Amino acid sequence: MNKFLRQLLPFGTLTLIIAALAALKPDTFLTMENFSNVLSRSSYSGIIAMGMTAVIISGGIDLSVGSMMALSGMVAGLVMTGNGSVVPTDGLMVLGSFVGILTGILCGVLNGGLITLLNLPPFIVTLGTMSAFRGLSLVMNNGMMFDVPAYTFLGEGTLAGIPVNVLIFCGIALAAFFLLRYTPLGRYTYAIGSNRQAAWHAGVNVRRNLIAVYTIAGLFVGIAAMIATSRTVSAQPNAGLGMELDVIAAVVIGGASLSGGRGTVVGTIVGTLLITFLRNGLTLLGISTNTQFVVLGAIIIAAVALDQAARAKAETA
Amino acid sequence: MTGISKHFGPVQALRDVHLTVRAGTVHALVGENGAGKSTLMKILAGVYQPDAGRIEIDGRPQVFAHPAQALAAGISMIYQELDLAEHLTVAENIFLGAEPRGRLPFTISHRQMIAQATRLARRFSFDIDATARVEDLATGDCQIVEILKALRHHASILVMDEPTSSLSEREAARLFEVVRRLRQEGLAIVYISHRLEEIIDLADEVSILRDGVLVHSAPTARLDIPTIVHYMVGRELTDFFPTRTARIGDVLVQVQDLASAAGIRDIRFEVRRGEIVGMAGLVGAGRTEIARALFGVDPKTAGQVRLNERTMSIDSPADAIAGGIALLTEDRKRTGLCLELPCSWNITLPSLAQIGFTPFIKPARESRIAAEVGARMAVKWASPEARAGSLSGGNQQKLLIARWLLANSRFLIFDEPTRGIDVGAKAEVYLLLNQLAEEGKAILFISSELPELFGIADRILVMRRGRLVGNLVTKQTTPEQVMHLAAVEERA
Repeated sequence: MNKFLRQLLPFGTLTLIIAALAALKPDTFLTMENFSNVLSRSSYSGIIAMGMTAVIISGGIDLSVGSMMALSGMVAGLVMTGNGSVVPTDGLMVLGSFVGILTGILCGVLNGGLITLLNLPPFIVTLGTMSAFRGLSLVMNNGMMFDVPAYTFLGEGTLAGIPVNVLIFCGIALAAFFLLRYTPLGRYTYAIGSNRQAAWHAGVNVRRNLIAVYTIAGLFVGIAAMIATSRTVSAQPNAGLGMELDVIAAVVIGGASLSGGRGTVVGTIVGTLLITFLRNGLTLLGISTNTQFVVLGAIIIAAVALDQAARAKAETA
Repeated sequence: MTGISKHFGPVQALRDVHLTVRAGTVHALVGENGAGKSTLMKILAGVYQPDAGRIEIDGRPQVFAHPAQALAAGISMIYQELDLAEHLTVAENIFLGAEPRGRLPFTISHRQMIAQATRLARRFSFDIDATARVEDLATGDCQIVEILKALRHHASILVMDEPTSSLSEREAARLFEVVRRLRQEGLAIVYISHRLEEIIDLADEVSILRDGVLVHSAPTARLDIPTIVHYMVGRELTDFFPTRTARIGDVLVQVQDLASAAGIRDIRFEVRRGEIVGMAGLVGAGRTEIARALFGVDPKTAGQVRLNERTMSIDSPADAIAGGIALLTEDRKRTGLCLELPCSWNITLPSLAQIGFTPFIKPARESRIAAEVGARMAVKWASPEARAGSLSGGNQQKLLIARWLLANSRFLIFDEPTRGIDVGAKAEVYLLLNQLAEEGKAILFISSELPELFGIADRILVMRRGRLVGNLVTKQTTPEQVMHLAAVEERA
């Protein structure tokens, strides 16, 4: 199997799933409404996966994204509602959104700073901040949510018939694609993930670049948090629970290597859509969410196993 | 081994190779990279299975489907990249997979293991601490551990792949003694090396492979280096070292009283434009440490570096590169290349800003630039987009030289640039060094091989125990004098 075919593998699987679903459930699956709904639902995990792609290419991992999303949402909710005391006005909602996104950025800076300045493994640092961010979001309103009933634009709004959140996802995906492929920061990210020592010996400022990568990941989480908040018209301290696994799975299915140096934005998008359509299809087929977890787990292992087998073959041939 | 053939895909790696190794002899196997030495040995060790041919040991035919079977039949391999568990002790490594049992089930008797390891070491008069951690040992001692591991497996055939490539001359000399002792004990030793001097010295017989074919096999007494080289490359290597044509200019680099935490002190020397300054010394004498201090890898504790009369402030490789200093590190896999990434990316990595790729990289132009410098360095690749890991060792080294050529460095430090690459590639590296000097670059050339220092350097600096003990003009000195300075302690 050559390189081109290998990259097409997840894409082919995705097409297969969509085709199978279209054949099995043409009346419910093949509707504009279902597609729009599915894409809109995958938009915020897709946005987070864009940041995760960069983090994983750099040889790191970010387990804190789910908690970070909850925290950013809660901070935004706090600002919008004046800690639950006022009904959000348009001005407060805009301000809240910015502060929420800023929270994501700061969380990313914290992750990147701890990892590079204390020289700790990303797994450990983000395992810690995963717990801490979750705790903070719960503490903020005693475990209660902030209701923001009028905050619907990002969740339900459309532009020219396309959901706003899907448009934002597309924009961020383009930006991430461009960043990783056409900027020195992206190039250094690949180099650091491939061989950190070699990158440093070639003059790459490893610390600064890693902090930048985690900060961008945080920015994307902040944006995703606003969409998630808008979709549920409430900021929930339990938002994004277990989400890191879905996101990491999407990146890995898309062909990235957890040991770094390898991964693409296009691959991750395919991985995200694959997971989303699979979920959607299983639901339409009447398979319970509990069983879906098992199927998803099997798919992740199968995808990586196939990819690795193809790679081994390509390298010995 | 009789009539061994093996192909990988369309590539015929070995064709009808016959090899006879006698007990109690050292049999050298030589050939350029890709000649098929490693493939042949991996077949012997059961890693690969031959397409055709037979292996016999003591006249009995053997079929190895798996390395464990070859090991059981008495064949042990010591690979170039040693195969030890770094965090474990010497004894634990020797007995890995066959630990003496303790009294309780599922336990290991550490006491017994250490005692047995020490006994084994003493039997072959190796001086090594069985309780030391492998990560704390010098490379030479790690090899002893590998040898002990093989002896513990009751090896009758020992294959050593480039055992001296990372050893200093003194460590190598010790290894030769060990090899001779093992020969006396009746072991058959297959010895793979690029260093022909040591083969002449050590081996009883020499077999030469070229392009998968055994081209010659004879007792060492009937061979000399030019003949071996002739068989290896199929042509005479008359101009192994290029004629030095560079005009030596004014002083470019001044190193003044340099010291670093890694143990070097009072280092003072100059390098002129167009000059190749060699640096000799034993492993651990502080040569690599000087390179690291100059390049900002290790923090300096004293002294200064002046380039073109200007004092440099260097706290990281990035600072050094910006100041025009380049370092080709001694370990190109660990600190040199990003092996999964394209060659072109590896070339442009330190120069993205310099070639106008900030804020945006232009892939088409990048590919063109890489192809250009790659061609100047005669890098052989499928395309500039090929993975750096797909190149041979010599070409990887040339790729790194191309990187620094593009970065327009004025002072280039080469740390063991010819280690582990074949004769042909070495000659090309020498040629490139000469070219760079001609372009007015100043070059510091660190090497453990005295012949190449004498072949290419204008001056030779000698290091011993972190101090600079000699600064000699190559034409006015001898290898013996350099060795003496490097290895012999002066009486106070």
